[in-house]
Amino acid sequence: MTTSIKQLPDNEQVLSGNGSCGGCPSPMALRIVGKALGPNAIMLLTPSCAVASMGMTPRLAYNWPCINVCFATAGSSASGIAQAVEILKEKGRLQGELPTVFNWVGDGGTYDIGFQALSAAAERNDNIIHFCYNNEAYSNTGVQRSGATPRGSFTTTTPGGKRQPKKNMALLMLEHDIPYVATATVAYPGDLYDKVVKAKSIPGMKYIEILAPCYLGWQFDMPDTVQMSRMAVRSGAWLLWEAENGKISFNNPSSFIVSGIKDADPVDEYVMKQGRFNRLLKGPDAAQRIAEIQGDIDRQIAFMRERAKITI
Amino acid sequence: MKSVTKAYRPISWPMKGSGGDTGSWRSHRPVVDTKKCSKCQLCWVYCPEAVIDRHEITIDYRYCKGCGVCAKECPTGAISMEKEE
Ligand SMILES: Cc1ncc(C[n+]2csc(CCOP(=O)(O)OP(=O)(O)O)c2C)c(N)n1
Ligand code: SF4
Ligand code: SF4
Ligand code: SF4
Ligand SMILES: [Mg+2]
Repeated sequence: MTTSIKQLPDNEQVLSGNGSCGGCPSPMALRIVGKALGPNAIMLLTPSCAVASMGMTPRLAYNWPCINVCFATAGSSASGIAQAVEILKEKGRLQGELPTVFNWVGDGGTYDIGFQALSAAAERNDNIIHFCYNNEAYSNTGVQRSGATPRGSFTTTTPGGKRQPKKNMALLMLEHDIPYVATATVAYPGDLYDKVVKAKSIPGMKYIEILAPCYLGWQFDMPDTVQMSRMAVRSGAWLLWEAENGKISFNNPSSFIVSGIKDADPVDEYVMKQGRFNRLLKGPDAAQRIAEIQGDIDRQIAFMRERAKITI
Repeated sequence: MKSVTKAYRPISWPMKGSGGDTGSWRSHRPVVDTKKCSKCQLCWVYCPEAVIDRHEITIDYRYCKGCGVCAKECPTGAISMEKEE
């Protein structure tokens, strides 16, 4: 059973009055992550909206020790900190339970710039959790395309719409043979909470990716962050799944879509609510462009359905 | 090897208002109608700013950015967004 909202703990690791835009999915998700991790954790960040949102010295928005590291280095930096706390414990200079070492990194810092160091940390199976809050673009620098930007989406570097599909980063992490991989999104806080609680209890490398609809980059109305997250799941554009020791299972409501019990909503409504797509859907090729977006989604659902059958 | 004894202190500490009094960003203010509210806590869980008290369903207007997510997600329509003066 998924943890209900009323069962979530009271602790707040994201403090009110931070620097993020109103309606930002990053603090929204991080609040839930914080409830699962508790205060005994060390947070690492790479350049991103989450860093810009930390606020101004001498105040800090996140209620953990925070380390800002170079863009490419989330994997290696977190590995180093995780090693350091273990050695401090061995030497008796750190008492009690070891803090959870985790990265809070954007899609730019995960899919693209940080991929090599992250891949290496996964291959070493270092004891960290890497969170990717995926707003499908480099939002902090004014919305440029990333490897997570879906086909057909406007960014400042894809003014005519991105021509390539996004990569399946969570699956790439799974193929590193790490003990835990999960996907989540802000509309389903109980699902996210349970996945983080599970990840915290597993030694080794954990990867959790959270779809994070950004009203500024995606060009929808500010109050619609959660709606957009829900529509992404209901249309199958985002699949909720987790894999323990390589075995994939789908979570509700994605499990109904993947198993065919329920049809995914057509992608049209999701796409038409977002300026990043709909601004390019005014010409005579609009139907073909939507069909391409739908095709990518259908292909991913079919692929993940088959991939999940491999359990060896 | 020489041991390091100097303690390095961080320059920032966890505190509310790291982005200033972010309530001043608001164009619209969420107002809760307690008669309609079922205390489901959905607004509390989705509020990105952690400014809603989960039991009283009261809002800290010093930091509430007026994003409107709470009003949009409220299943009973208990939250209205009222234009700031
Ligand atoms: C090596 C390096 N290149 C570029 C930058 C500029 N930069 C700062 S934040 C950012 C965007 C980060 O994108 P992402 O990781 O997706 O996080 P988001 O801003 O979307 O939250 C970029 C390109 C930098 N700080 N360092
Ligand atoms: S640009 Fe998007 S991700 Fe960045 S702070 Fe604003 S809402 Fe959040
Ligand atoms: S979401 Fe609406 S009904 Fe639920 S606690 Fe908040 S104000 Fe009350
Ligand atoms: S308007 Fe936004 S910041 Fe203010 S209480 Fe509602 S969800 Fe929180
Ligand atoms: Mg991003």
